[in-house]
Amino acid sequence: MKINLKIKRFNPETDKKPHWETYPVEVEPTDQVLDALHRVKWYHDGTLTLRRSCAHGICGSDAMRINGRNALACKLLMKDVAKDGGTVTVEPLLGLPLIKDLIVDMEPFFAHYRSVMPFLVNDEPLPEDGRERRQSPEARERFDKGTWCILCAACTTSCPSFWATDQYLGPAAIVQAHRFIFDDRDRAAEERLKVLNEQMGVWRCRTAFNCTEACPREIPVTQLIGEVKKALATGKLE
Amino acid sequence: MNPYHRRVAPTWWLSQRTYFLFIVRELTSVFIAAYLMLFLLLLYQLSVGREAYEAYLRFLATPGMLVFHVLALTAALFHTLTWFNLLPNIMVVRYGENRVPAIIVAGVNYAAWMAVSIFIVWIVFSR
Amino acid sequence: MTKSNEALWWLLFGAGGTVAAFLAPLQILLTGIVAPAGWVREAFEYNRVLALVSHPVTRLYLFVLISLPLFHWAHRFRFTLIDLGLKGGQRAVAIACYGGAIIGAILTAVVLLKL
Repeated sequence: MKINLKIKRFNPETDKKPHWETYPVEVEPTDQVLDALHRVKWYHDGTLTLRRSCAHGICGSDAMRINGRNALACKLLMKDVAKDGGTVTVEPLLGLPLIKDLIVDMEPFFAHYRSVMPFLVNDEPLPEDGRERRQSPEARERFDKGTWCILCAACTTSCPSFWATDQYLGPAAIVQAHRFIFDDRDRAAEERLKVLNEQMGVWRCRTAFNCTEACPREIPVTQLIGEVKKALATGKLE
Repeated sequence: MNPYHRRVAPTWWLSQRTYFLFIVRELTSVFIAAYLMLFLLLLYQLSVGREAYEAYLRFLATPGMLVFHVLALTAALFHTLTWFNLLPNIMVVRYGENRVPAIIVAGVNYAAWMAVSIFIVWIVFSR
Repeated sequence: MTKSNEALWWLLFGAGGTVAAFLAPLQILLTGIVAPAGWVREAFEYNRVLALVSHPVTRLYLFVLISLPLFHWAHRFRFTLIDLGLKGGQRAVAIACYGGAIIGAILTAVVLLKL
């Protein structure tokens, strides 16, 4: 099918502000949006700049706004986003500073991620056999959904609260905190909850649900944020 | 590196239906608060005396006030629906390690809402 | 890092939202439409309403009905303004909103005690 790929371009060396450019491409309905972007880069304009790596929906590098919605470019097929002769808009993620074309500065996102101590904290002595700290399947299930996160930033950059205040930790950081808070092998829940209890922490969440819709891993983000709110409000970890 | 900082336009919520409904949902709280102030005024007129109370009721019967209350009722219903439908997805109710299905939590809320409403109607109209 | 008291406002928001969800639609229907329209005149006759409302249980009900949703409004409205683009004066807006709710609750208590 013939598609018009309308891409938001920005070259920091020559442009004052971002602007649209439209490229006609020929694609199969089962091609990914990423494939279409490649066609533009390889055959139309080699200066088109984007991040991509695995190209099959697991590394999270190519998160961007396609037809106004956050998604991984390699997970959306052309037949899902346009009909023959139609237009697909591709823009960089919102809320993070724009470096070039479809590439945003992920550093603020990672800074929020680091602030919730996203690593297991347990200084207790090792178990008797000197091997793993064991965990039951039920205990694992409690925080399992948070482990699906690939840090693609689709959720955080789809959140209106994050757009309004980028000091807000954002859904991804809260999900990552949840993953450790509710892990029964972890011992630093209280410190993480302190970070989340601040004004720019979990209380900025307005349950707009954009994050849950945007997540390419289908994590129920709003629900996990709700569980953190509940833990803070009741003072108990369930 | 000198990143370009983009502002999200204040009209972001007009660009998609889900965004628009979200803001509408949030603004229902304004209608409910406004109604409650008018209701408080009714209670105040009640404490002043019969004439004040009946005059206020006549004021509430003016077209402008009736239109407002119809809008407020719509807003309140929208709030109730979104509150009951969304809350089970946000605040998960567990028994042991299992989760109560969202539809049951919502259903219980709706049933309780019906029961409470019937009770209030009984109090107001028959006692 | 300072601990915020956001949790308190959020709990009030939740309580107010629940109260509003259960009670607001019917109340609006009754006092905003049925009563002024005069559909059931006897039910809203002055002495009858005064007697009903003066009961201590009714007064408690009315206090909860009016004041909690005010806090719900305050929290929701404050953040909606920020979502809609409010940049400066956020602290002032928060104080105005929660302060307004507190004043509303006090006024409600005053009126209810007068009845």
